[in-house]
Amino acid sequence: MNLKNVIQIFILSYLTWLALNWSVNADVLITGAIISVLIAVLLCSHCEVLQEVRLSPKSFAYAFAFVGVFWIELIKSNFDVALRVLTPSLPINPGIVEVKTTLHSNIGKMLLANAITLTPGTLTVDILDDRMFIHWIDVTSTDINEATRAIVSKFEKYLEVMYG
Amino acid sequence: MEIRMLIGSIVTLIGAIFIFLGALGIVRMPDLYNRLQSGTKASTLGTILSIAGIGIINPAWAGKAFIIISFVMMTNPVSSHTLARGAHHLGIPLSKKTVIDKLKEAEANEKKEEQ
Amino acid sequence: MVEIILYIAGGLILLGMLTALWRFVEGPSSADRIMAFDAMTVTSIALIALIAFFNNRIIYLDVALVYGLLSFTGVIVIARFLEKGL
Repeated sequence: MNLKNVIQIFILSYLTWLALNWSVNADVLITGAIISVLIAVLLCSHCEVLQEVRLSPKSFAYAFAFVGVFWIELIKSNFDVALRVLTPSLPINPGIVEVKTTLHSNIGKMLLANAITLTPGTLTVDILDDRMFIHWIDVTSTDINEATRAIVSKFEKYLEVMYG
Repeated sequence: MEIRMLIGSIVTLIGAIFIFLGALGIVRMPDLYNRLQSGTKASTLGTILSIAGIGIINPAWAGKAFIIISFVMMTNPVSSHTLARGAHHLGIPLSKKTVIDKLKEAEANEKKEEQ
Repeated sequence: MVEIILYIAGGLILLGMLTALWRFVEGPSSADRIMAFDAMTVTSIALIALIAFFNNRIIYLDVALVYGLLSFTGVIVIARFLEKGL
């Protein structure tokens, strides 16, 4: 049983409960506290979901920057999809390319894969250790290094600070 | 008051337009992977914007709307990623326009090393 | 004004679901069908939120959340099944 782990899970589930109920009555607060303690102690004394997160001011700043970049890319990717769908000739040049990542933690890799899936024209198909296979709707380069620079590096520099 | 409700409804409308365009992409694209691309991106942002619009109109619902938004944002890419990997394992063909398939080459290499 | 815009948005979402339904019926492989099903369920979360606004009932948002949870689990299970048979 890891106390830091349990406290993190407790805070996360209690915040979720408060957002779901959106009220500060005494009975809501007490019920939520009891349920969150039970979840954290009984179910999650060995979860390692938040284990790898680094808690430092720099990491928080990079997390905010990551969310900002992510939103901009998400909106860009939607306009990209809309443009491709509405063009009668359907301008696509698809293919599956390979890229390399330097991240080691599992949750960092998962966040990277999610971010790649939601950015313009790319979709993560498979992850084997540090190699990621990405379906690219408009292949500009089949070389590993150039594909890595085009797809991965814009997110990796933030995630490296957050998770290492 | 009125302006806030107007902004919320316009945000919802933009989300609905993205959802419709994504569904159009699902029909128009030539193979599964391209369909997944347009389907995932458009339905994620479309749903997020629609629910955010409802949250703006009715501020008392903002907390629940935020929970649903973060949930959709975390799970939707994961399910499409799992589906793409399953389809590739199953051998569902890519479209004729495809220029390269590195994953197939990597799997073939692994098989060669095992033999 | 607000209600008219929201009705138009609801109509567009329904139209999108019908378009995805065409792929669900037509889809050459089972993976295409699951993909269309996934898009339809995520879209219907937005539709349930709109219905919650029209009926002014916050409890419908909980329905939307649970619906999203169930559809996510379902898609993951079916995709794993396609990959290596559970």
